Amino acid sequence: MMTSAEIEKIFRDEVGRALATLIRLVGDFDLAEDALQEAFAAALERWPATEVPANPRAWLVNVARNRAIDRIRRQISFRGKQAALTHDVLLNAESSQDESDAALDDDMLRLIFTCCHPSFAAEVQVALTLRTVCGLSTAQVARAFLVSEEAMGQRLVRAKQKIRLAGIPYEVPERDALSLRLRGVLAVIYLVFTEGYVATSGEALMRPDLAREAIRLSRLLDALMPGRREVKGLLALMLLHDARRSGRQTEGGDIVLLEEQDRSLWDRLQIDEGLKLVEEALLLPGRPEAYAVQAAIAALHAQSPNFGDTDWKQIAGLYEVLLRISPSPVIELNHAAAVSMVDGPARALDLVDALHARGGLEGYELLPAVRADLLRRLGRLEAAREAYLAATAATQLEPLRRLYARRLAEIADAGRSPA
Amino acid sequence: MQYLLMIYRSEAELFKMNDAERQKMAAEYGTFTQSIIQSGHFKAGDGLQPSTTATTVRVREGKVLTTDGPFAETREQLGGYYLVDAKDLDAAIAIAARIPGAREGSIEVRPIMIYSPEMVQARSGRS
Repeated sequence: MMTSAEIEKIFRDEVGRALATLIRLVGDFDLAEDALQEAFAAALERWPATEVPANPRAWLVNVARNRAIDRIRRQISFRGKQAALTHDVLLNAESSQDESDAALDDDMLRLIFTCCHPSFAAEVQVALTLRTVCGLSTAQVARAFLVSEEAMGQRLVRAKQKIRLAGIPYEVPERDALSLRLRGVLAVIYLVFTEGYVATSGEALMRPDLAREAIRLSRLLDALMPGRREVKGLLALMLLHDARRSGRQTEGGDIVLLEEQDRSLWDRLQIDEGLKLVEEALLLPGRPEAYAVQAAIAALHAQSPNFGDTDWKQIAGLYEVLLRISPSPVIELNHAAAVSMVDGPARALDLVDALHARGGLEGYELLPAVRADLLRRLGRLEAAREAYLAATAATQLEPLRRLYARRLAEIADAGRSPA
Repeated sequence: MQYLLMIYRSEAELFKMNDAERQKMAAEYGTFTQSIIQSGHFKAGDGLQPSTTATTVRVREGKVLTTDGPFAETREQLGGYYLVDAKDLDAAIAIAARIPGAREGSIEVRPIMIYSPEMVQARSGRS
């Protein structure tokens, strides 16, 4: 006997793969989604009364395929058998009963690459992936983007329409395009993760559900495309960051900075898995790969017994590697923060101010926060105060605002007591 | 599927070109056009006179109104198009990326609408 909660869990685990195969069989996202919903409803009705099928996914795909075929048949008779194209779909949907595991893996990759097609805006890629590959409900995706369910529903409808009308192929890209397209997929996964790691706005610092989805996705990708450094690197990076989750905030939801974290709260098992993956990624042949290098930095943090004993020199060096292979203002900022631990805050402040002068981080909210921290450590309290005020104005995340308020209070106290 | 590849580029930059540069560009377009004719993708294609020759037409309350110039003032102007047959969007993007104008300007790739039998009926019923 199965409860509906258990059935829903099976469905949640299988929906991505089932949908991926159905889309290939029936050639249409919406039809596949609707048919799978019907199959799920049938499962909720039948499974509690009978034995659960040995292969629930195959059962769901089979029932959904039959529902879809019924629908196509009805459409054909409605149209007077004109739609030759629909007929082709029918033939395709009715053929090939048994599918090898490899074919099903390919379906999942097809779905991922289609949702992350570069002809979609980045946020559309993320939304489509969360909805279709991860099986989140439209309401859940809407919550992740802080938009209404209706707005998100429309965005998803438009995206699926574009897949159909613009002829976005349901395929894994050819060899020569694969690396570039894979980079796009990984960027989408990392976007999901970073939003889960530090939310853009709102009350809560972290949204562990999004971080978990991102990790689940890259685990899947690592299984589907084994031996790719960039996939292993990203998975390692996310595991190592996420392992610190319990240490990163107080029970009241306040931020605990790395230097103040209780490292015994870090998830050691997850760190071990991350460390093993970093090693694998770094051992694979080829030039240094950005995610793997970032994961190596996270690994150094994870292995250090405390903040002071962290190998800052090596971390600064790894950021220099990153600046060479994938330069960005954000990496420059992180590099400056690492330099502050090796050569002191004055030298780091020079780097940050030079970056600021170039206008590289226009609108990047963490720039004033990093400056403020360096100025505070240099004892330039008035300038630090101004920078914390700028940082407060720049963020929409409540826990960050509280952190800056705490710093401002410390500065005010220091100003009162004779130095 | 069929796609319209619309070539947008800055006319200001185009006018600055000297004869040798123009000839080089014309030769590049010639080579490209030949290549997509031979590969079977080509359906149609033309260059357009500059947007200074454009007239925009509207009918309001039964009156024909004309304005001098293109519909929108933009940094890049429509300068030509190709109509191509391509397997899917990836194939169309690959063709668009080979258009010489893509290196300085930009190519808008738009799928051609296919009218289903019902839509044709609905349309003819309305008129």
